[in-house]
Amino acid sequence: MSGAGRGRPPSTRGPVPAAVDVAIVGGGIMGLALAYNLARASAGASTRGQGRARQAGGALRIAVLEAGTLASGASGRNGGGLRQQWSTELNIRLMQESLELCAGFAADMGVNVWMRRGGYLFLVRDEATRAGLERSIALQNLCDVPTRLISTAEASGLVPELDVRPFIAASYNPTDAVVFPWPFLWGYAEAAMRLGVSIHTETRVTTIARAPGSGVGDFTLRTTRGALTAERVVNAAGAWSPEVAALLGVELPNWPARHEILSTEALKPFLTPMVSVLESGLYFSQSLRGELVGGITLPEEPEQDEGDEARRRPRVRLGSRLRFLEAMSAGLLELMPRLGNIKVVRQWAGPYDLTRDGNPICGEVPGVPGFFVCCGFMGHGFMMAPVVARHYALFLRGEATHPLFHKWRLSRFAEGDLESEHMIIG
Amino acid sequence: MPPKWILCRCEDVTVADVEHAVATGFTALEEVKRYTGFGTGPCQGKECLRAVVLALAAATGEPPEGIRPFTSRPPLVPTELKWFVAGPGVKGAR
Repeated sequence: MSGAGRGRPPSTRGPVPAAVDVAIVGGGIMGLALAYNLARASAGASTRGQGRARQAGGALRIAVLEAGTLASGASGRNGGGLRQQWSTELNIRLMQESLELCAGFAADMGVNVWMRRGGYLFLVRDEATRAGLERSIALQNLCDVPTRLISTAEASGLVPELDVRPFIAASYNPTDAVVFPWPFLWGYAEAAMRLGVSIHTETRVTTIARAPGSGVGDFTLRTTRGALTAERVVNAAGAWSPEVAALLGVELPNWPARHEILSTEALKPFLTPMVSVLESGLYFSQSLRGELVGGITLPEEPEQDEGDEARRRPRVRLGSRLRFLEAMSAGLLELMPRLGNIKVVRQWAGPYDLTRDGNPICGEVPGVPGFFVCCGFMGHGFMMAPVVARHYALFLRGEATHPLFHKWRLSRFAEGDLESEHMIIG
Repeated sequence: MPPKWILCRCEDVTVADVEHAVATGFTALEEVKRYTGFGTGPCQGKECLRAVVLALAAATGEPPEGIRPFTSRPPLVPTELKWFVAGPGVKGAR
């Protein structure tokens, strides 16, 4: 029991405040990291006497509205991989910066995130994939990421338990990493709350109205824990972001897709890099907790009861399937036959938030001033959140804009200005 | 409950850990699971779920019967990878 004399503990299940400057919809890593970065930047600015203070004290009033519990979506369900091996320069450079932020996270936030820099090893089976991989490696090297194309013999030297016979080459970057995802969420959430952010869980936004004819955003949000007004709204609801945008009549082009993952019993440390097969999307790594954690791409099969509407507009589905366990076990044992007697402890699913060109959607929605989106992260939002949230906070404060806000703008889909990212795994 | 009592033996979660989660503001059982890691080891909550629910109820003042269990995950018991591979030819799956 909490000791007598202590104040009532903070609750994330209280009524929402009546008015905020920024309402962030979604209590995953993106929303929490954004809330933290925004609160920190605005607190810093107000103590320095700068910034556009909107209330006495200068700090922005920020609320995070989460329909479920914190870490209940993809942020709490991913494999915790952090890599700089991408096929576009923007993603490579962002992830370089994100890795640096992650490396300092434990010290900065006072929470252990079980980070382990064991590298990433991508195996390839066919020539066409190898050619694409070589182009990506050249681009990564231009950005000073020390990725190398290595032979299967060298891959075998790195991970002797692998059966490398089906493969023709691999890429290896020793500076990629894995973390345990959950503590990241708590680190951001606790730090944001200390900075005055109000976090509301089990608080579903049911309607969003915008004052007609107003030049800037002037929103009224109804939630299951009361109504609030907000000058700006940020949609950081991940796979649920199309549903949130629809509340304002905005149709987003991203869609959810179920991806499954499993964890084994804890083993003595033996596996240094995250291992992935580019053609199948299989990946697995050993966490600092000792478990093997991994998944594989598995095409969704439409369910029998689904009509055309459901096929056109997929829902978030998080059920576990035996089909995944079979595909993953077969893939894993083919790759590392010695794992046959290792026990699966749990399997679960998380929603990828997909776009047509494999890149996210960030920035203000054209025609709806004050309504911002931060979604479509293709199942890789966890590793990108530290850096994206930092730049998003500066962008919202009008202090700096990063190239990502141009490349990842919503209007690119209508304009046809797409640059595809190919290294989407899992 | 004494703070050093271990509620989850797989992940070494104590009464104090649950109280700390509650004091920080994370009071939903799914949040306590993700905050402390309880229920994610070999027993998958079979040993510890009830004990954690009682500690959580004591820390929050909520009645334990109002706390829903967390989502259970397959497989039912830890199971060797080889048993999920169909067909012959896989080393060890005999």
